[in-house]
Amino acid sequence: MPSVLFWIFAAVMLVFGVLVVVNRNPVASALSLVVCFLGLSALFMSLNAYFIGIIQVLVYAGAVMVLFLFIIMLLDLRAEECRKMNWVAFAGSALVAFCLLIQLLTVIGRTRIAHEHFPALAAPVDDVRNIGQLLFSSYNLPLQVIAVLVLVATIGVIILSKRQLR
Amino acid sequence: MMTLGSYLVVSAVLFTIGFAGVLLRRNIIIIFMSLELMLNAANLSLVAFSRFRVSPAGLPEYHAEMLVFFVITVAAAEVAVGLAIIVALYRARRTTHIDDINQLKF
Repeated sequence: MPSVLFWIFAAVMLVFGVLVVVNRNPVASALSLVVCFLGLSALFMSLNAYFIGIIQVLVYAGAVMVLFLFIIMLLDLRAEECRKMNWVAFAGSALVAFCLLIQLLTVIGRTRIAHEHFPALAAPVDDVRNIGQLLFSSYNLPLQVIAVLVLVATIGVIILSKRQLR
Repeated sequence: MMTLGSYLVVSAVLFTIGFAGVLLRRNIIIIFMSLELMLNAANLSLVAFSRFRVSPAGLPEYHAEMLVFFVITVAAAEVAVGLAIIVALYRARRTTHIDDINQLKF
């Protein structure tokens, strides 16, 4: 992938990621999150992870975000009114986040392999076939555990939404 | 050609955006979206490492991509349960603002 495309998609992803956090209207935040995930899936595809990129679009930009929008509209949330801000807490959290970013960037800058280029792949990679073979051989037990987990989540959601919390 | 570091930097910035969202925002749904951003930043760095570590057969390291697959699955289940809890909370308390939900606060 040419580096121009990488920077375009990375910039789109980061700008819409910031918009998720700064938007006052939850619906606008959710829609920005969709664009952010689409940019992220483009980055996955630039790393030759086509299957993960498609899953990202289908599961996150499709299912999860529809769920988010559904809940926001169900709760009928409007844009928040401006409340009295706790400026000490605000400045403290911004400082902590900034320190985390500096720390991460320093670690990445000092890592030797971070300055190396990606090695070339042998041939066009048959992504889905390889992942599917791994999924049903070495990762068979985790796959079944995750199936049980999804079932438990479904039952839990039904119970949570049927009973009134007191 | 891109270096591994550029993907890691983008992933670090995305993680920080999500982290700042969790700390700065007071709306519980926005906090939940910021959590998703952080999960996806971790996924991006995992996929970058998987592409960086090419096996002798010329294939990327698929174990990292399997981990991303499982993270996405668990995150989808987590979103469903979390949003159900938020709906139950809204029914009981009529708010999604976390400053109004402070019964456990000492």
